[in-house]
Amino acid sequence: MAPELSDHVVEMTIFVALFVLVSGMGFVAARWRRAESMHHLDEWGLGGRNFGTWITWFLLGGDLYTAYTFVAVPALVFSAGAMGFFAVPYTILIYPMAFLVLVRMWSVSYTHGYVTPADFVRGRFGSPTLALLVALTGIVATMPYIALQLVGIEAVLKAMGVNGHLPIIVAFLILAVYTYNSGLRAPALIAFVKDSLIYFVIIVAVVVIPYKLGGWDVIFGSAEQALSATNPKTGAPRGSILLNANNQLQYVTLALGSALALFLYPHSLTSVLAAKNRDTIKRNMSALPAYSFLLGLIALLGYMALAASKEYGVAPIVTDGKTDGNTIVPVLFDKMFPDWMAGVAFAAIGIGALVPAAIMSIAAANLFSRNIYKEYLKRDATPRQEATASKIASLVVKIGAVACILFLDPQFAIDLQLIGGVLILQTLPAIAIGLYTRWFHPWALICGLVAGLAVGIGMLYQIPNPNNGKMHFGGSAYKLSEIGFDSEKQIYVGFVAVIANLLVAIIVTAVLRRTSAPAMTDDATSPEDYFADRAEDSPPPAAATEPAGVVGP
Amino acid sequence: MTPDPTNARPRARAADASGWNWLLAVPIVIPLITLFYNRETPRLFGFPAFYWMQLGFVLIGVISTTIVYQMTKRKD
Repeated sequence: MAPELSDHVVEMTIFVALFVLVSGMGFVAARWRRAESMHHLDEWGLGGRNFGTWITWFLLGGDLYTAYTFVAVPALVFSAGAMGFFAVPYTILIYPMAFLVLVRMWSVSYTHGYVTPADFVRGRFGSPTLALLVALTGIVATMPYIALQLVGIEAVLKAMGVNGHLPIIVAFLILAVYTYNSGLRAPALIAFVKDSLIYFVIIVAVVVIPYKLGGWDVIFGSAEQALSATNPKTGAPRGSILLNANNQLQYVTLALGSALALFLYPHSLTSVLAAKNRDTIKRNMSALPAYSFLLGLIALLGYMALAASKEYGVAPIVTDGKTDGNTIVPVLFDKMFPDWMAGVAFAAIGIGALVPAAIMSIAAANLFSRNIYKEYLKRDATPRQEATASKIASLVVKIGAVACILFLDPQFAIDLQLIGGVLILQTLPAIAIGLYTRWFHPWALICGLVAGLAVGIGMLYQIPNPNNGKMHFGGSAYKLSEIGFDSEKQIYVGFVAVIANLLVAIIVTAVLRRTSAPAMTDDATSPEDYFADRAEDSPPPAAATEPAGVVGP
Repeated sequence: MTPDPTNARPRARAADASGWNWLLAVPIVIPLITLFYNRETPRLFGFPAFYWMQLGFVLIGVISTTIVYQMTKRKD
């Protein structure tokens, strides 16, 4: 039976009240840690490059662990079992991997005033074409990710019996206005509320729900039983609480590929570049795994939902004959929590969508203003014009995301995000490897990027999904038997594509170096830039034309 | 602002190179070897090994990055 709004008055009241509270904070944020002028991209887009350890922790946590993650990961565990737990190894190995790379990125960006990853590529390799491709890849990969945050809010609203698109249009309108007004300061301030609520809700959930269901033994036991039921569409069991012989390779390549991609996303780098100094980033690489632990517990909500399905009637909501798997966690909260607590939990997810949506739209907007507007449309743009272009672009990006949900199937956004993860991974050679070496020729990087994009999209196109009858773009697990291996093993598409990308980049570089290809243009960066740190108490860089107070290693 | 080019390179190279960095490989490699943890027993608080071990890897990650940070911190 579909939920009715009249049964959810308490939940709705708390949800709306908390939503109004954070919207107010979003507007006030413009005056928080106030700068002399907001008319500079360093201020609007990077909060003055002056966030300390705590703010960065909340901001990055709020940015990387999105509302969509909170509903989609347990939904995957609910439907497939152990495979959905890949989010845990993924978010463990990301931090030691990024530990050294991100501080280099921060230093070189601080020294040269880079705001986007494409800015760095432009400076490092001197190729506007490569920078444009990196910027476009970033924008294309980020847009559907913003739309997915709306899917997260809609899942919560459905659980409260609210259907239709009007509420999310209003929510995004408010979000768009205060992001325009306050820039990165808005999500930074709201992240405090979002993350506090999420930690509170999950800690309560992992105590209360297992207690009600009879303990973890019972939860894993019923999950195992439920997953062993045969899926009528494939003739195989639905899933398993352990990995099988065929999906282990997919599990580790998906974890590794996703981890490599995470900090290539423009919005992750936005939060990193907003940090005050190198130590802030290093401390966060040790402290952010607290969120990974939390995500592991959130993933297990999927099993709690399986265990609660008989006694408490927890099941995904069906509207117009379509089952929405993403509603499983909101429904679980609704059935297992008292009304007020469910309201808090819904608000936590709803607000959880606003923080990443704001940061993503800022990141996409910065890519537009720096790497398209200033590079191609108005070369002599002043910092003020640049900031204005970004602010307007952030509005356009959000309208685009809402339009994507309104006029296209939300499933389209989910497909695009799946593709987006594979696409953004293809910027790895230019950005992450580029931080260490300039051995690659920019033309070779362009060839590699294009090859990686083609291989990735081509492989995704071939993957069907028997569960919803889709023939193409049905997932990211590619059967090795498709390319002639005598094996039912599966592998993550992005991983294969980035290897193709690297091979092409290496071969073309080697060939260009042997032939009489034009010499590469100058590297705008020098080796010591990658270790530069901000001197104690030096003012935010936007105050001066030159970054102030850079100290050597 | 402009360091002497003759000694900038070796100084820069030494700036983040450290033997301690190898410790970062531990939390990267362990979660990638499913052989270690794709099993049901031993259970802990009702959790199959697959789940409690991977949640435990979070701790390994925190410890490794903390040690590397403390050991390679710029001495002022």
